[in-house]
Amino acid sequence: MEAVFYLAAAVAVVGTVVALTRLNAVHALLYLIVSLLGVAVVFYVMGAPFVAALEVIVYAGAIMVLFIFVVMMLNLGERATEIERTWLRPGMFIGPGVLAVILIGELVYLLAGTCGQNSAAGMVGPRDVGIALFGPYLIGVELASMLLLGGLVGAYHLGWGRPEAAGTESRHDIRADESRAVAGGDLVRAGADRGAGAP
Amino acid sequence: MFALGLIGVLVRRNIIFILISLEVMLNAAGLAFVVAGARWGQADGQVMFIFILVMAAAEVSVGLALVLRLYHQFKSLDADAASEMRG
Repeated sequence: MEAVFYLAAAVAVVGTVVALTRLNAVHALLYLIVSLLGVAVVFYVMGAPFVAALEVIVYAGAIMVLFIFVVMMLNLGERATEIERTWLRPGMFIGPGVLAVILIGELVYLLAGTCGQNSAAGMVGPRDVGIALFGPYLIGVELASMLLLGGLVGAYHLGWGRPEAAGTESRHDIRADESRAVAGGDLVRAGADRGAGAP
Repeated sequence: MFALGLIGVLVRRNIIFILISLEVMLNAAGLAFVVAGARWGQADGQVMFIFILVMAAAEVSVGLALVLRLYHQFKSLDADAASEMRG
């Protein structure tokens, strides 16, 4: 258990270091996803499976999708295809692939080893989290929902094109719709998580 | 990891990387909360992590919308280009 914890933590730290030292945004996002998955494995080892699932779904899913959308949108141009061809060289997948294989090996080891005795130290299941979330932290849930609404409206407003910029209006509209849809996805997903956390 | 994210914010000049570094910092704070919660066997740490997650989602959506506007304005992702901004 200790070795698994330290290995996952090492994978997370290495992924973060490599992600922040890449010159290329897409490579950095690949390593950042690996880093987030490593943090999720750390959460699972420490007896927080609900938070581990949330980390994978929301961070490595929704937020990374937002980043990738924006990176791809900013690179729309006549040279986009050849740039993507250089990005998607097979050699670029070796580093994140090796780290992800380490994490998958750890996860299989954990699931195979602890399926019989499910008594990790300090195990806090989703039931306790839900009870705490809707008991003493109910006002926090309301504030979080208001924050998400503010983020949604803000992203929509910022993504909306100016009325006098008539030349690029249609593209602005498309982007505003996309950002709104993705932000709405976050909102719905977080709401679903809160609903799923209810006992 | 928090230190790594802070260094990333300070060193990189690309706005995308600044946002990534912010994500790393938020993630490190959430990790500290969950570790503390697991240490004492309380659910409060995970509740705080959920709040941090919600805040990160809202922050990154607004931040990326700002990045898009900034890119359309300046045709650059350099953070120093935005220092010429006048209200």
